[in-house]
Amino acid sequence: MSAEERVLTGSHFLLGDHACAEGGMAAGCDFFAGYPITPSTETAERLALRMPPVGAIFVQMEDELASMSALVGASLSGARAMSATSGPGFSLMMENIGMAAMMEAPCVIVNIQRGAPSTGLPTLVGQSDMMQAKWGSHGDYEIVAYAPSSPQECFDYVIKAFNTADRWRIPVFVMADELIGHMTERVVIPPADQIPRVERKRPRHKPGDESFLHCLAEDEDLVPPIVHAGEGYRVNFDSLTHDEKGYPATFAEPHDRLVRRLVDKIRLHVDQIIEYEEIFLDDAEIAIIAYGSTARSARRAVNDARKEGIRVGLLRLITVWPFPENKVRELSKQVKAFVVPELNLGQISREVERFTSLPVVGVNHAGGVMMAPDPILDTIKEVVKNA
Amino acid sequence: MPEIVVESHPIDTVFRTDRLPHIFCPGCGIGPATHAYAQAILESGIPKDQHACVSGIGCTARVPGYMDVDSYHTTHGRSIPFALAIALVKPEMEVTVFSGDGDLFGIGGNHFIHAARRNVDINIICINNFNYGMTGGQAGPTLPLGARATTAPYGNTEPPFNLPYLAAATGAVFVARWTALHVRQLKEAMLRAMQKKGFTFIEVLSPCPVGFGSPNDIGDAIEEVWLYRERCVVNHDAYLPDLEIDLRRKDVPFVMGNFLDIEKEPFDPLAMMKNKGE
Amino acid sequence: MAAVLSRQPLDKATVSIPLGRIYIIPERCKGCRFCIDFCPRDVLVETTEMNAKGYHYPIVAEGKEDECIACQFCSILCPEFAIYTEEIVEEETAK
Repeated sequence: MSAEERVLTGSHFLLGDHACAEGGMAAGCDFFAGYPITPSTETAERLALRMPPVGAIFVQMEDELASMSALVGASLSGARAMSATSGPGFSLMMENIGMAAMMEAPCVIVNIQRGAPSTGLPTLVGQSDMMQAKWGSHGDYEIVAYAPSSPQECFDYVIKAFNTADRWRIPVFVMADELIGHMTERVVIPPADQIPRVERKRPRHKPGDESFLHCLAEDEDLVPPIVHAGEGYRVNFDSLTHDEKGYPATFAEPHDRLVRRLVDKIRLHVDQIIEYEEIFLDDAEIAIIAYGSTARSARRAVNDARKEGIRVGLLRLITVWPFPENKVRELSKQVKAFVVPELNLGQISREVERFTSLPVVGVNHAGGVMMAPDPILDTIKEVVKNA
Repeated sequence: MPEIVVESHPIDTVFRTDRLPHIFCPGCGIGPATHAYAQAILESGIPKDQHACVSGIGCTARVPGYMDVDSYHTTHGRSIPFALAIALVKPEMEVTVFSGDGDLFGIGGNHFIHAARRNVDINIICINNFNYGMTGGQAGPTLPLGARATTAPYGNTEPPFNLPYLAAATGAVFVARWTALHVRQLKEAMLRAMQKKGFTFIEVLSPCPVGFGSPNDIGDAIEEVWLYRERCVVNHDAYLPDLEIDLRRKDVPFVMGNFLDIEKEPFDPLAMMKNKGE
Repeated sequence: MAAVLSRQPLDKATVSIPLGRIYIIPERCKGCRFCIDFCPRDVLVETTEMNAKGYHYPIVAEGKEDECIACQFCSILCPEFAIYTEEIVEEETAK
């Protein structure tokens, strides 16, 4: 590893946490603020080593409240900013994740999930922050959450997270889990010029133009252009409900207008954001829906079931949020039941239930151990028997 | 000369005049302190485009919204890490946190001590009115012993922070305390803070006639200002542990001054890279 | 002891006391009286009139028209940025 290079082009045997860090490096992350927390520390440690030689800023903050606030400040100063954490830190970040949504400050947060609630299982796997990722901060807002299933996807989807964050001006989460974070696998890093990069939308108005309203979304995508500190626009960013000028406007009408836009800019464009992988779904009678490390076991269970002649397929979620509700509706016309394995006591399965009237059977464990293929296979067989 | 009625003020060039008048109560000390800050911006020689003003939540936290500079009204207590990030990403900017005692030292205290320890190149202006004004006069971490607030109706039983002592002990390179009446000294202290590299701290004792004055039998803002004026002594060389404010002990003065002005390397996360060749 | 020491600055003859003019933005005033109470020359009083918000703003007191020395204390102290002073430069000095 050459410390001076941003993009370590080549084929590597990489830890998932390190792949997250390399994804940040390759994406041009200029600013990392974080606080040590198992099982995400390796991401911070790798970036502490990798960022300074390329002139990028790594700061270990006093806590995750500060980390998340610093991310928003850095982002609005023009930096590509990221942090890495796990459940307890993710909880502390929620306050300023809301601020990032309100100020439309693009940033990336990697959550290597562990067993929860509270301090829970610091060193062991969990997938129980999935609803928190969507609903954790108070109020209505939209985010995007990717759930990588391999170190390669950790790398790829941290890069994509930066691009999605900058495209839509939102916080984007990479919701990995301890198994993926602490898994070492081959990761192929492409040449620097093949790393996709989406630039932020910048103002067409010059500084000093009185007609410029920096919180006004003039385009169909509902995303206003972003202004960075020190560019001479001298505008106000506010965590309070604000009008198009950025001034506080704490009344019902501008509030509904602002919050509706923050939500609609994602909800109306989910087709440009949602990603999933379909495995053996063409003729499936049973659809498994899984994500993260659990999707790997689900894939094995599907393969085993297929060998026994069971027509089962896998919808592997890559974006968990926004949730691919139309895909679930579509599958509902084809399959007889859904099986949703996850390392929590039923989070995404509830989301599946919202969009189908078919049986949704959970395969659940509170965490601490990987979801093995066997209980998924057993459940598939059970569902077949009852169908 | 009789007075002349006009529609604008020379200092308006530093304000977003379309937002005036501000929301502060009649006689609130935030106004004079804001004026001193505006004057310091003008006299700093640093263009407005290079100033950033950051705040948390509370009455004082509304100040950045009135300043014609890059302004950020963040979440409660979190202004300092936000400001740290701006200062690190845009080192050419003069970043000032303008917020209240509850915001900076109640909910945000941890960030204050760590930013001071790091010696981040930001200025902290803390309006200390001894209470949470925005929410209706609750006890804050600076409320003097025995003083009353809506959540301390029988008198405060907790010792307050001695803010200059705290700032100096945790690493600030410039520490001052003035009242909202000491507008000239305050402006000079702000100018000095803007000139200095590193973490600077200015406490402004400020009248809050509604939240603090009223429950403590202080008639109005004028009376509160007179109280400060009568009890203030200026002592730049004061022994910092002695700077506690106790309203009940009339023999103990309120000590004002520029207490600390030292040089230390400001925080630079890349410092070790730059020293590599040496 | 009734000894009166009449001490005067040595440069009294060459230094003239500046004369100030007071500018007021009545609609910004919230009637806190800081400018009135803390004017070192007691130049200001409250109007009997009210502004749109119902506050009595300051005006120059009768008989104090030549008392302002443009020290600007009211200006920098005013919480509302509603008052300021300017020194009147005599045309003679300009010549």
